[in-house]
Amino acid sequence: MAKLTFSGGIHPLGKKSATKDKPLVTIEAPELLYFPLSQHIGAPLKPLVSVGDKVLKMQKIADTDAFMSAPLHSSVSGKVKDIGMYLNHTNSKVPTIVIENDGEYQDAEPIHTKSIDDLSPDEMRKIIREAGIVGMGGAGFPTHVKLSPPEDKQITHLIINGAECEPYLTSDRRVMLEMPDDVIGGIRCLMRLLNLSKCYVGIEDNAPEAISILQEKTKNTGIDICVLKKKYPQGSEKQIINAITGKEVPIGKLPMDVGCVVINIGTVAEIYRALAQGIPLHRRIVTVSGDAVRNPSNLYVPLGTPFNALVDACGGTKEETHKIIMGGPMMGIAGISLDIPVVKGTSGLLLFSEKYAHNEAEINCIRCGRCVSVCPMKLVPTTLDMYSRKGDTETLIKNNIMNCMECGSCTYVCPSKRYLVQSIRVGKQKINALRAKEAKN
Amino acid sequence: MENMIVSSSPHIRDRDRTSHIMRDVCIALVPALIASVIYFGGRAVYITALCMIFSVGAEFLWQKLTGRPVTISDGTAAVTGMLLAFNLPVSAPWWICLIGSVVAIIIAKQFFGGVGHNFMNPALVGRAFLLASWPVIMTKWSAPFTTGFIIPADTVSSATPLAIMKGSLEGTLPGIFDMFIGNIGGCIGEVSSLALLLGGVYLVIRKVISVRIPLTYILTVAVLTFIFPSVGLSGFDSMMYNILSGGLFLGAIFMATDYVTSPITARGQLIMGLGCGILTFVIRRFGAYPEGVSYSILLMNVATPLIDRFTQPKAFGTVKEKKGGAQ
Repeated sequence: MAKLTFSGGIHPLGKKSATKDKPLVTIEAPELLYFPLSQHIGAPLKPLVSVGDKVLKMQKIADTDAFMSAPLHSSVSGKVKDIGMYLNHTNSKVPTIVIENDGEYQDAEPIHTKSIDDLSPDEMRKIIREAGIVGMGGAGFPTHVKLSPPEDKQITHLIINGAECEPYLTSDRRVMLEMPDDVIGGIRCLMRLLNLSKCYVGIEDNAPEAISILQEKTKNTGIDICVLKKKYPQGSEKQIINAITGKEVPIGKLPMDVGCVVINIGTVAEIYRALAQGIPLHRRIVTVSGDAVRNPSNLYVPLGTPFNALVDACGGTKEETHKIIMGGPMMGIAGISLDIPVVKGTSGLLLFSEKYAHNEAEINCIRCGRCVSVCPMKLVPTTLDMYSRKGDTETLIKNNIMNCMECGSCTYVCPSKRYLVQSIRVGKQKINALRAKEAKN
Repeated sequence: MENMIVSSSPHIRDRDRTSHIMRDVCIALVPALIASVIYFGGRAVYITALCMIFSVGAEFLWQKLTGRPVTISDGTAAVTGMLLAFNLPVSAPWWICLIGSVVAIIIAKQFFGGVGHNFMNPALVGRAFLLASWPVIMTKWSAPFTTGFIIPADTVSSATPLAIMKGSLEGTLPGIFDMFIGNIGGCIGEVSSLALLLGGVYLVIRKVISVRIPLTYILTVAVLTFIFPSVGLSGFDSMMYNILSGGLFLGAIFMATDYVTSPITARGQLIMGLGCGILTFVIRRFGAYPEGVSYSILLMNVATPLIDRFTQPKAFGTVKEKKGGAQ
């Protein structure tokens, strides 16, 4: 079968061999767990517990009435020790529930007890929200929002994103290899929920084991395993839609505007567990890797576990750590401390020694055009960089700066080592600030 | 665990860098340099070395004097020096190299903000300046195998094929094969199309340049000179003499592809090649001057910002405008 792909993109070293064949290791929850009330895009949550309260494992501890949000569940049983300001994955101190683990792991009641086959689409949506499920690829978009398109938007394509294109990360691959039945069960639920007879699963060709397992298990089910060329950023929502369906999501629109819903493969497995067993999202797979880690691993981690415990579970560090990255090396955020806890979107934790942490000085753009040829959104990054540094927001908008998804391909290839994405991000922030100001006036 | 480095994503970078690209360009110019040593002797290396030293030196001194960061390690000044030398006759005296380098580096490049900000190819500006100021020295072509090793001595001067075709100089046209391998009079680096082509293939393989500009440039000249041959020549001969002489390969492969002064978009690069080709043909055919590569490229350099503006790629997700209304 012809391998599908998109136009543009880069081929960074995969660096996945350190963890790709390592089975999941479930780690013990530490003594103290931290649950930031801002875990992802959407409204911050309000705590449902108070200091001193006893909580059960999988008990809902925070929620809000906002549609664009998902509740939060404890990953252990124990006592609420504090509700205060602690570091989260954006390096800011945000309201956080701290739970002292009592080591009993007493479960709360499942979030529902109905048989999975009796659930109506609306009930499924409700359970998915109630289970706190968000996109686990990184951005953390609440999943029930994606599954609730307005009535005028007909969903025709369900795409499951197994293209783990970020170097180092192997958590999605382990989901496919070790939980294929949860994945397929979840896909079937989603097909029923969206009333579709077909579903596409995109997997990059560097994961042949995952491809063959899923192909084997999905014969004659209407689930089509699509082999994608290994290329970054194949896992980007708009790029995977383009590779599989040939459609382009118009600028400023959402996948649902072209009839598509894209769900990360790890999220699908969580959806299945929520619908079939009533288990809310309370743990996740985190790839811990990077040259400073002694024993890189795929860990199955209770949410709220500080990074320190993950590093300990990997045998500690073998070199002095100079950079912590939450997520992949292309789009992840550099962290300031290992006290930061795992949140729903933490797909990876990378520790780099000085060798990889080094930042090079940038020199003038020589207009080689590499950024232009790799940009998957077909922008001219060097021009955006120039106008962003000048602060010319009008020209930036004209040049479609808001179409940039900050995948980092331009910065990766730039021979003059320019901080293109950083500069573009600043430009976007300026525009957003201006727009917010205009909206106020 | 203190003092973590915090920076904006992406956190990994490709290893390639500007100085590597410039190193590749220098490597690609070596075959042409070797060819010129064969035809013109060691003086070709001497002139090339002088221009490179003067260019790098001029950049270094200018940046020191103006208190700017010294950027000679990016390799761009060295490339400019090498290209300037390739555009000089082998009999050029040392001070021509010095003046050419100073004009190229300081006036054409540093006055406009240094690397990346010059709007015309520095080496070509240097050459144009020299040609206008010292036309006799700059058009004193040595015939192959007649020059001394370092001292210019009394070279046997030779007319270039283009000048002969133009009828401005007496002489017989050399054979096409001689022209291809470079056994003709001309500037240091322009004579051997074969050697230049080798360098071009290297640059394309190393992905330093794409074939877009060189190919469209050379093809445009070929087609136009074939359809409108020079007086007294068949279409084929006219085409061959035109594409193998006058530094067309040097210009098309190494000068018109200069990143800074050529369009950044794929479509823009096609326009660049086409424009250079048409201008070269027009200058050679209708101008008073027998060659035309340098001026064509300089003119297209000036048009580059405009070309870039009109050849912006269509952003991903641009909604196609519906044509024709209700049908």
